[in-house]
Amino acid sequence: MGVITPGFTGRARGGNPRLPPGQYLTEDFPVLSAGPTQRVHLDKWEFAVTTEKGEKRSWSFRELTSLPSEKFTVDIHCVTQWSKLDTRWRGVPVETLIGDLDTEADYVLAHSYGGYTTNLPLADLLDGQAWIAYEYNGKPLTPEHGGPARLLVPHLYLWKSAKWVRGLELATKDEPGFWESSGYHDYGDPWREQRYQGD
Amino acid sequence: MARTAVSGRLAWRVANLAEIRQETATARTLVFDVPGWPGHLAGQHVDVRLTAADGYTAQRSYSLAAPSDGDRLELTVQRVAGGEVSEHLTGPYAVGDPVEIRGPIGGWFVWRPTDPAPVLLVAGGSGVVPLMAMIRARRAAGSRALFRLVYSVRTPADLYYAAELRKPYAGLDVTYVYTRELPDGAPGIPRRISVATLNTASWPTDFGPTTFVCGPTAFVETVADALLALGHSPHSIRTERFGPSRD
Ligand SMILES: Cc1cc2nc3c(=O)[nH]c(=O)nc-3n(C[C@H](O)[C@H](O)[C@H](O)COP(=O)(O)OP(=O)(O)OC[C@H]3O[C@@H](n4cnc5c(N)ncnc54)[C@H](O)[C@@H]3O)c2cc1C
Repeated sequence: MGVITPGFTGRARGGNPRLPPGQYLTEDFPVLSAGPTQRVHLDKWEFAVTTEKGEKRSWSFRELTSLPSEKFTVDIHCVTQWSKLDTRWRGVPVETLIGDLDTEADYVLAHSYGGYTTNLPLADLLDGQAWIAYEYNGKPLTPEHGGPARLLVPHLYLWKSAKWVRGLELATKDEPGFWESSGYHDYGDPWREQRYQGD
Repeated sequence: MARTAVSGRLAWRVANLAEIRQETATARTLVFDVPGWPGHLAGQHVDVRLTAADGYTAQRSYSLAAPSDGDRLELTVQRVAGGEVSEHLTGPYAVGDPVEIRGPIGGWFVWRPTDPAPVLLVAGGSGVVPLMAMIRARRAAGSRALFRLVYSVRTPADLYYAAELRKPYAGLDVTYVYTRELPDGAPGIPRRISVATLNTASWPTDFGPTTFVCGPTAFVETVADALLALGHSPHSIRTERFGPSRD
Protein backbone atom coordinates (compact mmCIF):
# COMPACT_ATOMS: atom_id res chain seq x y z
CA MET A 1 0.00 0.00 0.00
CA GLY A 2 1.16 3.53 -0.76
CA VAL A 3 1.92 6.31 1.67
CA ILE A 4 -1.23 7.48 3.42
CA THR A 5 -2.18 11.12 3.03
CA PRO A 6 -3.75 12.17 6.35
CA GLY A 7 -7.37 13.19 6.07
CA PHE A 8 -7.84 11.96 2.51
CA THR A 9 -10.86 9.69 2.23
CA GLY A 10 -11.59 9.78 -1.48
CA ARG A 11 -14.93 9.72 -3.20
CA ALA A 12 -15.37 6.96 -5.75
CA ARG A 13 -15.82 3.57 -4.10
CA GLY A 14 -16.11 -0.08 -4.98
CA GLY A 15 -17.39 1.34 -8.14
CA ASN A 16 -18.26 0.18 -11.53
CA PRO A 17 -16.75 -3.11 -12.73
CA ARG A 18 -16.51 -1.59 -16.20
CA LEU A 19 -14.06 1.05 -14.97
CA PRO A 20 -10.39 0.02 -15.22
CA PRO A 21 -8.30 0.85 -12.13
CA GLY A 22 -7.57 4.54 -11.62
CA GLN A 23 -10.24 5.68 -14.10
CA TYR A 24 -13.20 7.89 -13.31
CA LEU A 25 -16.42 8.15 -15.19
CA THR A 26 -17.24 11.14 -17.34
CA GLU A 27 -20.41 12.07 -19.15
CA ASP A 28 -18.51 14.62 -21.24
CA PHE A 29 -16.39 13.79 -24.20
CA PRO A 30 -13.09 15.49 -23.40
CA VAL A 31 -10.84 16.47 -26.28
CA LEU A 32 -7.14 15.74 -25.98
CA SER A 33 -4.56 16.12 -28.68
CA ALA A 34 -1.05 17.45 -29.09
CA GLY A 35 -1.83 20.37 -31.37
CA PRO A 36 -4.67 22.11 -33.16
CA THR A 37 -7.63 20.17 -34.44
CA GLN A 38 -6.90 19.07 -38.01
CA ARG A 39 -9.54 19.93 -40.57
CA VAL A 40 -9.23 17.62 -43.55
CA HIS A 41 -11.36 18.31 -46.57
CA LEU A 42 -13.41 15.28 -47.55
CA ASP A 43 -12.47 15.60 -51.25
CA LYS A 44 -8.77 15.50 -50.36
CA TRP A 45 -9.08 12.79 -47.74
CA GLU A 46 -7.45 9.48 -48.50
CA PHE A 47 -6.80 6.44 -46.35
CA ALA A 48 -4.13 3.88 -47.24
CA VAL A 49 -2.81 0.59 -45.96
CA THR A 50 0.77 -0.24 -46.95
CA THR A 51 2.65 -3.47 -46.37
CA GLU A 52 6.27 -3.96 -45.37
CA LYS A 53 6.98 -4.74 -49.03
CA GLY A 54 5.49 -1.45 -50.19
CA GLU A 55 2.23 -2.83 -51.53
CA LYS A 56 -0.47 -0.17 -51.07
CA ARG A 57 -4.23 -0.03 -51.09
CA SER A 58 -6.13 3.22 -50.69
CA TRP A 59 -9.66 4.58 -50.39
CA SER A 60 -11.31 7.95 -50.86
CA PHE A 61 -13.83 8.92 -48.21
CA ARG A 62 -16.68 7.87 -50.45
CA GLU A 63 -15.02 4.52 -51.12
CA LEU A 64 -14.43 3.95 -47.43
CA THR A 65 -17.98 4.74 -46.43
CA SER A 66 -19.41 2.47 -49.10
CA LEU A 67 -17.57 -0.54 -47.67
CA PRO A 68 -19.58 -2.79 -45.34
CA SER A 69 -19.60 -1.02 -41.98
CA GLU A 70 -20.47 -1.97 -38.43
CA LYS A 71 -22.33 -0.10 -35.74
CA PHE A 72 -20.81 -0.76 -32.36
CA THR A 73 -21.11 0.43 -28.77
CA VAL A 74 -17.95 0.41 -26.67
CA ASP A 75 -16.37 1.84 -23.52
CA ILE A 76 -13.38 4.11 -24.06
CA HIS A 77 -10.56 4.92 -21.65
CA CYS A 78 -8.17 7.88 -21.77
CA VAL A 79 -4.76 7.78 -20.09
CA THR A 80 -5.67 11.10 -18.41
CA GLN A 81 -8.05 8.96 -16.38
CA TRP A 82 -11.51 9.50 -17.72
CA SER A 83 -13.56 6.68 -19.10
CA LYS A 84 -16.76 6.96 -21.04
CA LEU A 85 -19.19 4.06 -21.25
CA ASP A 86 -21.44 2.94 -24.08
CA THR A 87 -20.15 5.26 -26.79
CA ARG A 88 -21.84 4.58 -30.15
CA TRP A 89 -19.91 4.52 -33.41
CA ARG A 90 -19.99 3.37 -36.99
CA GLY A 91 -16.94 2.30 -38.94
CA VAL A 92 -15.20 -0.23 -41.12
CA PRO A 93 -13.41 -3.07 -39.32
CA VAL A 94 -9.65 -2.82 -39.84
CA GLU A 95 -9.71 -6.45 -40.90
CA THR A 96 -11.79 -5.55 -43.95
CA LEU A 97 -9.19 -2.98 -45.01
CA ILE A 98 -6.26 -5.30 -44.57
CA GLY A 99 -8.20 -7.92 -46.51
CA ASP A 100 -5.98 -10.40 -48.26
CA LEU A 101 -2.89 -8.17 -48.45
CA ASP A 102 0.23 -10.28 -48.47
CA THR A 103 2.04 -9.50 -45.23
CA GLU A 104 4.20 -11.03 -42.56
CA ALA A 105 4.00 -7.97 -40.38
CA ASP A 106 3.39 -8.22 -36.63
CA TYR A 107 3.16 -4.46 -36.07
CA VAL A 108 1.34 -1.44 -37.36
CA LEU A 109 2.22 2.22 -37.27
CA ALA A 110 -0.89 4.37 -37.63
CA HIS A 111 -0.30 7.72 -39.35
CA SER A 112 -2.49 10.81 -39.04
CA TYR A 113 -3.00 14.02 -40.95
CA GLY A 114 -0.83 16.48 -39.00
CA GLY A 115 1.97 13.98 -38.45
CA TYR A 116 0.80 12.08 -35.37
CA THR A 117 1.75 8.42 -35.21
CA THR A 118 1.08 5.52 -32.84
CA ASN A 119 2.22 1.90 -32.86
CA LEU A 120 0.21 -1.23 -32.19
CA PRO A 121 0.55 -4.98 -32.60
CA LEU A 122 -1.33 -6.02 -35.75
CA ALA A 123 -3.15 -8.73 -33.79
CA ASP A 124 -4.83 -6.01 -31.71
CA LEU A 125 -6.47 -4.56 -34.80
CA LEU A 126 -8.00 -7.80 -36.07
CA ASP A 127 -10.92 -10.03 -34.98
CA GLY A 128 -13.43 -7.23 -34.46
CA GLN A 129 -11.22 -5.27 -32.06
CA ALA A 130 -10.61 -2.13 -34.15
CA TRP A 131 -12.31 0.07 -36.71
CA ILE A 132 -11.77 3.07 -38.92
CA ALA A 133 -14.69 5.01 -37.43
CA TYR A 134 -16.47 7.87 -39.18
CA GLU A 135 -19.70 8.28 -37.20
CA TYR A 136 -20.17 9.05 -33.53
CA ASN A 137 -23.59 9.01 -31.90
CA GLY A 138 -25.29 8.68 -35.25
CA LYS A 139 -23.61 11.77 -36.74
CA PRO A 140 -20.51 12.33 -38.86
CA LEU A 141 -17.45 12.35 -36.63
CA THR A 142 -16.53 15.97 -35.84
CA PRO A 143 -12.97 17.26 -36.34
CA GLU A 144 -12.41 17.65 -32.55
CA HIS A 145 -12.91 13.94 -32.13
CA GLY A 146 -10.83 12.99 -35.13
CA GLY A 147 -13.19 13.33 -38.07
CA PRO A 148 -13.56 12.62 -40.94
CA ALA A 149 -12.27 9.29 -39.61
CA ARG A 150 -10.23 7.93 -36.75
CA LEU A 151 -8.81 4.62 -35.72
CA LEU A 152 -10.75 3.18 -32.79
CA VAL A 153 -9.17 0.50 -30.62
CA PRO A 154 -11.33 0.59 -27.50
CA HIS A 155 -9.43 -2.02 -25.51
CA LEU A 156 -6.32 0.21 -25.38
CA TYR A 157 -5.89 3.72 -23.98
CA LEU A 158 -7.36 6.24 -26.36
CA TRP A 159 -4.07 7.75 -27.56
CA LYS A 160 -3.73 4.55 -29.63
CA SER A 161 -6.99 5.43 -31.43
CA ALA A 162 -5.32 7.91 -33.76
CA LYS A 163 -7.52 10.85 -34.75
CA TRP A 164 -7.52 12.12 -38.35
CA VAL A 165 -6.07 8.81 -39.40
CA ARG A 166 -4.67 8.64 -42.93
CA GLY A 167 -3.04 5.27 -43.04
CA LEU A 168 -1.79 2.09 -41.47
CA GLU A 169 1.76 1.03 -42.20
CA LEU A 170 2.36 -2.68 -41.64
CA ALA A 171 5.84 -3.48 -40.34
CA THR A 172 7.88 -6.41 -39.16
CA LYS A 173 9.53 -4.29 -36.46
CA ASP A 174 7.91 -2.34 -33.62
CA GLU A 175 8.63 1.40 -33.90
CA PRO A 176 7.42 3.74 -31.14
CA GLY A 177 4.98 6.44 -32.26
CA PHE A 178 4.49 10.02 -31.08
CA TRP A 179 3.57 9.59 -27.40
CA GLU A 180 5.42 6.30 -27.09
CA SER A 181 8.67 8.12 -27.98
CA SER A 182 8.12 10.53 -25.13
CA GLY A 183 7.67 8.03 -22.39
CA TYR A 184 4.20 6.58 -22.79
CA HIS A 185 3.74 2.83 -22.68
CA ASP A 186 4.37 0.80 -25.80
CA TYR A 187 1.09 -1.15 -25.51
CA GLY A 188 -1.29 0.85 -23.28
CA ASP A 189 -3.68 -1.64 -21.65
CA PRO A 190 -6.03 0.32 -19.32
CA TRP A 191 -6.80 -2.78 -17.23
CA ARG A 192 -3.11 -3.13 -16.40
CA GLU A 193 -2.64 0.65 -16.06
CA GLN A 194 0.07 0.69 -18.70
CA ARG A 195 0.41 4.46 -18.78
CA TYR A 196 4.13 5.02 -19.04
CA GLN A 197 7.14 3.02 -20.20
CA GLY A 198 7.86 0.12 -17.92
CA ASP A 199 4.39 0.05 -16.27
CA MET B 1 10.30 15.69 -32.11
CA ALA B 2 13.11 15.22 -29.64
CA ARG B 3 13.06 12.04 -27.66
CA THR B 4 13.03 12.20 -23.92
CA ALA B 5 15.24 9.58 -22.36
CA VAL B 6 13.13 7.45 -20.10
CA SER B 7 14.70 4.43 -18.53
CA GLY B 8 12.86 1.82 -16.57
CA ARG B 9 9.63 2.24 -14.73
CA LEU B 10 8.65 5.71 -13.63
CA ALA B 11 8.97 5.44 -9.88
CA TRP B 12 6.48 6.76 -7.38
CA ARG B 13 8.36 8.97 -4.93
CA VAL B 14 7.23 10.28 -1.60
CA ALA B 15 6.78 14.04 -1.65
CA ASN B 16 6.41 16.11 1.49
CA LEU B 17 4.64 19.43 1.39
CA ALA B 18 7.13 22.11 2.43
CA GLU B 19 5.23 25.32 1.73
CA ILE B 20 1.86 26.64 0.60
CA ARG B 21 1.37 29.89 -1.32
CA GLN B 22 -2.20 30.98 -1.82
CA GLU B 23 -2.55 32.25 -5.41
CA THR B 24 -6.25 33.10 -5.41
CA ALA B 25 -9.25 32.31 -3.21
CA THR B 26 -9.49 28.89 -4.88
CA ALA B 27 -5.97 28.05 -6.05
CA ARG B 28 -2.75 27.39 -4.23
CA THR B 29 0.83 26.64 -5.08
CA LEU B 30 2.22 23.60 -3.32
CA VAL B 31 5.99 23.40 -2.87
CA PHE B 32 7.22 19.85 -2.32
CA ASP B 33 10.44 18.21 -1.24
CA VAL B 34 10.90 15.10 -3.34
CA PRO B 35 14.15 13.32 -2.46
CA GLY B 36 15.78 11.87 -5.55
CA TRP B 37 13.80 13.99 -8.03
CA PRO B 38 15.50 13.51 -11.43
CA GLY B 39 14.79 17.02 -12.75
CA HIS B 40 12.38 18.13 -15.47
CA LEU B 41 11.74 20.47 -18.38
CA ALA B 42 9.37 23.43 -18.31
CA GLY B 43 5.98 22.26 -19.58
CA GLN B 44 6.14 18.72 -18.23
CA HIS B 45 3.68 17.37 -15.68
CA VAL B 46 3.56 14.83 -12.87
CA ASP B 47 1.01 12.37 -11.60
CA VAL B 48 0.02 12.86 -7.95
CA ARG B 49 -1.40 9.95 -5.97
CA LEU B 50 -3.37 10.24 -2.75
CA THR B 51 -3.96 7.18 -0.59
CA ALA B 52 -6.73 6.94 2.02
CA ALA B 53 -6.33 5.08 5.32
CA ASP B 54 -8.17 2.07 3.88
CA GLY B 55 -5.84 1.83 0.89
CA TYR B 56 -8.11 3.55 -1.67
CA THR B 57 -6.09 5.70 -4.07
CA ALA B 58 -6.83 8.49 -6.52
CA GLN B 59 -4.36 10.01 -8.94
CA ARG B 60 -4.43 13.09 -11.17
CA SER B 61 -2.01 14.97 -13.42
CA TYR B 62 -0.62 18.40 -12.49
CA SER B 63 1.77 20.59 -14.45
CA LEU B 64 5.08 21.60 -12.95
CA ALA B 65 4.86 25.32 -12.18
CA ALA B 66 8.56 26.09 -11.88
CA PRO B 67 11.76 24.88 -13.55
CA SER B 68 13.84 22.14 -12.04
CA ASP B 69 15.45 23.07 -8.72
CA GLY B 70 17.14 20.14 -6.98
CA ASP B 71 14.69 18.11 -4.92
CA ARG B 72 12.06 20.88 -4.89
CA LEU B 73 9.09 21.09 -7.15
CA GLU B 74 6.03 23.31 -7.38
CA LEU B 75 2.50 22.65 -8.53
CA THR B 76 -0.44 25.05 -8.61
CA VAL B 77 -3.80 23.43 -8.02
CA GLN B 78 -7.17 25.00 -8.76
CA ARG B 79 -10.08 23.79 -6.66
CA VAL B 80 -12.79 22.16 -8.77
CA ALA B 81 -16.13 22.10 -6.94
CA GLY B 82 -16.84 18.50 -6.00
CA GLY B 83 -13.40 17.46 -7.24
CA GLU B 84 -12.02 14.45 -5.44
CA VAL B 85 -8.32 15.34 -5.53
CA SER B 86 -8.25 19.11 -5.99
CA GLU B 87 -10.57 19.71 -3.03
CA HIS B 88 -8.19 17.82 -0.79
CA LEU B 89 -5.06 19.52 -2.12
CA THR B 90 -6.56 23.00 -1.79
CA GLY B 91 -8.28 22.23 1.53
CA PRO B 92 -7.19 19.94 4.36
CA TYR B 93 -3.81 19.15 2.84
CA ALA B 94 -1.16 20.67 5.14
CA VAL B 95 2.58 21.25 5.39
CA GLY B 96 4.34 18.00 6.34
CA ASP B 97 1.65 15.77 4.78
CA PRO B 98 2.95 13.27 2.22
CA VAL B 99 1.64 12.42 -1.22
CA GLU B 100 3.24 10.30 -3.91
CA ILE B 101 4.45 11.81 -7.15
CA ARG B 102 5.84 10.34 -10.32
CA GLY B 103 7.29 11.93 -13.38
CA PRO B 104 8.31 14.01 -15.13
CA ILE B 105 5.91 13.18 -17.95
CA GLY B 106 5.56 14.62 -21.44
CA GLY B 107 8.17 15.46 -24.04
CA TRP B 108 6.18 17.55 -26.51
CA PHE B 109 4.63 20.44 -24.63
CA VAL B 110 8.03 21.61 -23.40
CA TRP B 111 10.27 24.61 -23.84
CA ARG B 112 14.06 24.28 -23.78
CA PRO B 113 16.20 27.32 -22.88
CA THR B 114 18.52 26.51 -25.80
CA ASP B 115 15.72 27.26 -28.28
CA PRO B 116 16.13 30.82 -29.60
CA ALA B 117 12.77 31.05 -31.45
CA PRO B 118 10.24 33.64 -30.23
CA VAL B 119 7.57 32.15 -28.04
CA LEU B 120 3.89 32.93 -27.69
CA LEU B 121 2.18 31.58 -24.58
CA VAL B 122 -1.61 31.60 -24.42
CA ALA B 123 -3.18 30.69 -21.09
CA GLY B 124 -6.78 30.20 -20.05
CA GLY B 125 -7.24 30.13 -16.25
CA SER B 126 -5.12 27.46 -14.57
CA GLY B 127 -3.61 26.73 -17.98
CA VAL B 128 -1.04 29.36 -17.07
CA VAL B 129 0.78 26.87 -14.82
CA PRO B 130 3.07 25.10 -17.33
CA LEU B 131 3.52 28.39 -19.21
CA MET B 132 4.74 30.05 -16.03
CA ALA B 133 7.31 27.28 -15.70
CA MET B 134 8.55 28.30 -19.17
CA ILE B 135 8.71 31.99 -18.20
CA ARG B 136 10.63 31.11 -15.06
CA ALA B 137 12.94 28.74 -16.94
CA ARG B 138 13.73 31.49 -19.44
CA ARG B 139 14.62 33.85 -16.62
CA ALA B 140 16.66 31.25 -14.72
CA ALA B 141 18.68 30.41 -17.84
CA GLY B 142 19.20 34.04 -18.88
CA SER B 143 17.66 33.18 -22.27
CA ARG B 144 17.11 36.05 -24.71
CA ALA B 145 14.29 34.28 -26.57
CA LEU B 146 11.43 36.77 -26.95
CA PHE B 147 8.36 35.79 -24.97
CA ARG B 148 4.79 36.98 -25.09
CA LEU B 149 2.08 35.79 -22.73
CA VAL B 150 -1.64 36.25 -23.36
CA TYR B 151 -3.43 35.36 -20.15
CA SER B 152 -7.21 35.07 -20.01
CA VAL B 153 -9.03 35.00 -16.66
CA ARG B 154 -12.49 35.94 -15.43
CA THR B 155 -11.53 38.74 -13.06
CA PRO B 156 -8.32 40.36 -11.78
CA ALA B 157 -8.73 38.37 -8.54
CA ASP B 158 -8.33 35.15 -10.54
CA LEU B 159 -4.77 35.89 -11.68
CA TYR B 160 -2.08 33.47 -10.52
CA TYR B 161 1.47 34.73 -9.95
CA ALA B 162 0.12 38.28 -10.20
CA ALA B 163 2.94 40.07 -8.37
CA GLU B 164 5.64 38.17 -10.23
CA LEU B 165 4.09 38.85 -13.63
CA ARG B 166 3.59 42.52 -12.85
CA LYS B 167 7.34 43.05 -12.38
CA PRO B 168 8.71 44.27 -15.70
CA TYR B 169 11.07 41.78 -17.22
CA ALA B 170 13.06 42.44 -20.40
CA GLY B 171 11.86 40.35 -23.31
CA LEU B 172 8.53 39.33 -21.77
CA ASP B 173 5.28 41.08 -22.71
CA VAL B 174 2.06 40.20 -20.95
CA THR B 175 -1.43 40.87 -22.32
CA TYR B 176 -4.35 40.25 -19.97
CA VAL B 177 -7.81 39.35 -21.17
CA TYR B 178 -10.61 39.61 -18.60
CA THR B 179 -13.82 37.85 -19.47
CA ARG B 180 -16.10 38.99 -16.61
CA GLU B 181 -14.66 41.99 -14.79
CA LEU B 182 -11.89 44.48 -15.58
CA PRO B 183 -9.39 45.93 -13.09
CA ASP B 184 -10.64 49.13 -11.39
CA GLY B 185 -10.48 52.09 -13.73
CA ALA B 186 -9.44 50.07 -16.78
CA PRO B 187 -11.08 51.21 -20.01
CA GLY B 188 -13.19 48.95 -22.22
CA ILE B 189 -15.45 46.05 -21.41
CA PRO B 190 -14.83 42.43 -20.44
CA ARG B 191 -14.35 40.23 -23.51
CA ARG B 192 -13.17 36.84 -24.60
CA ILE B 193 -9.98 36.16 -26.47
CA SER B 194 -10.51 36.58 -30.22
CA VAL B 195 -8.70 36.57 -33.53
CA ALA B 196 -8.20 40.31 -33.02
CA THR B 197 -6.54 39.81 -29.62
CA LEU B 198 -4.21 37.22 -31.06
CA ASN B 199 -3.52 39.25 -34.18
CA THR B 200 -2.25 42.04 -31.95
CA ALA B 201 -0.46 39.91 -29.39
CA SER B 202 1.04 37.08 -31.44
CA TRP B 203 4.29 37.10 -33.38
CA PRO B 204 4.27 37.54 -37.14
CA THR B 205 4.37 34.09 -38.68
CA ASP B 206 7.62 34.83 -40.51
CA PHE B 207 9.41 35.15 -37.14
CA GLY B 208 8.99 31.38 -36.87
CA PRO B 209 7.47 31.47 -33.39
CA THR B 210 6.55 28.49 -31.27
CA THR B 211 3.16 28.78 -29.60
CA PHE B 212 2.07 26.99 -26.46
CA VAL B 213 -1.65 27.05 -25.66
CA CYS B 214 -3.01 25.66 -22.41
CA GLY B 215 -6.38 25.80 -20.70
CA PRO B 216 -9.84 24.30 -20.78
CA THR B 217 -10.74 22.44 -23.95
CA ALA B 218 -13.05 25.05 -25.49
CA PHE B 219 -10.46 27.77 -24.88
CA VAL B 220 -7.68 25.77 -26.51
CA GLU B 221 -9.88 24.97 -29.52
CA THR B 222 -10.78 28.64 -30.01
CA VAL B 223 -7.21 29.86 -29.72
CA ALA B 224 -5.70 27.15 -31.93
CA ASP B 225 -8.30 27.81 -34.64
CA ALA B 226 -7.64 31.56 -34.46
CA LEU B 227 -3.89 31.03 -34.79
CA LEU B 228 -4.42 28.81 -37.84
CA ALA B 229 -6.67 31.51 -39.32
CA LEU B 230 -3.84 34.00 -38.80
CA GLY B 231 -1.55 31.79 -40.86
CA HIS B 232 0.45 29.99 -38.18
CA SER B 233 1.50 26.51 -39.21
CA PRO B 234 -0.13 23.68 -37.28
CA HIS B 235 3.33 22.35 -36.44
CA SER B 236 4.24 25.53 -34.58
CA ILE B 237 1.24 25.29 -32.24
CA ARG B 238 1.46 23.00 -29.22
CA THR B 239 -1.55 22.48 -27.05
CA GLU B 240 -2.39 21.04 -23.67
CA ARG B 241 -5.98 20.65 -22.57
CA PHE B 242 -6.80 20.45 -18.88
CA GLY B 243 -10.47 20.31 -18.40
CA PRO B 244 -13.42 18.27 -19.49
CA SER B 245 -15.72 19.60 -22.21
CA ARG B 246 -19.44 19.51 -22.82
CA ASP B 247 -20.35 18.23 -26.21
C1 LIG C 1 -1.61 17.13 -18.41
C2 LIG C 1 -2.52 17.75 -17.38
C3 LIG C 1 -2.03 18.79 -16.58
C4 LIG C 1 -2.85 19.36 -15.60
N1 LIG C 1 -2.34 20.40 -14.84
C5 LIG C 1 -3.13 20.98 -13.91
C6 LIG C 1 -2.62 22.07 -13.12
O1 LIG C 1 -1.46 22.50 -13.26
N2 LIG C 1 -3.45 22.63 -12.18
C7 LIG C 1 -4.74 22.17 -12.01
O2 LIG C 1 -5.43 22.70 -11.12
N3 LIG C 1 -5.24 21.15 -12.75
C8 LIG C 1 -4.47 20.53 -13.68
N4 LIG C 1 -4.98 19.49 -14.42
C9 LIG C 1 -6.33 18.96 -14.11
C10 LIG C 1 -6.23 17.94 -12.97
O3 LIG C 1 -5.55 16.78 -13.43
C11 LIG C 1 -7.60 17.44 -12.43
O4 LIG C 1 -8.39 17.04 -13.52
C12 LIG C 1 -8.33 18.50 -11.63
O5 LIG C 1 -7.56 18.89 -10.50
C13 LIG C 1 -9.69 17.96 -11.14
O6 LIG C 1 -9.49 16.78 -10.39
P1 LIG C 1 -10.42 16.46 -9.17
O7 LIG C 1 -10.04 15.11 -8.65
O8 LIG C 1 -10.43 17.57 -8.19
O9 LIG C 1 -11.85 16.41 -9.85
P2 LIG C 1 -12.65 15.11 -10.26
O10 LIG C 1 -13.16 14.45 -9.04
O11 LIG C 1 -11.83 14.32 -11.18
O12 LIG C 1 -13.81 15.79 -11.04
C14 LIG C 1 -13.71 15.99 -12.46
C15 LIG C 1 -14.97 16.60 -13.02
O13 LIG C 1 -16.12 16.00 -12.51
C16 LIG C 1 -16.94 16.97 -11.88
N5 LIG C 1 -17.42 16.39 -10.62
C17 LIG C 1 -16.67 16.12 -9.56
N6 LIG C 1 -17.42 15.61 -8.62
C18 LIG C 1 -18.70 15.54 -9.08
C19 LIG C 1 -19.91 15.09 -8.55
N7 LIG C 1 -19.99 14.60 -7.34
N8 LIG C 1 -21.01 15.18 -9.34
C20 LIG C 1 -20.94 15.66 -10.56
N9 LIG C 1 -19.80 16.10 -11.11
C21 LIG C 1 -18.69 16.05 -10.36
C22 LIG C 1 -16.08 18.13 -11.57
O14 LIG C 1 -16.79 19.34 -11.58
C23 LIG C 1 -15.11 18.06 -12.70
O15 LIG C 1 -15.63 18.69 -13.82
C24 LIG C 1 -4.18 18.90 -15.42
C25 LIG C 1 -4.66 17.87 -16.23
C26 LIG C 1 -3.86 17.29 -17.20
C27 LIG C 1 -4.42 16.17 -18.06
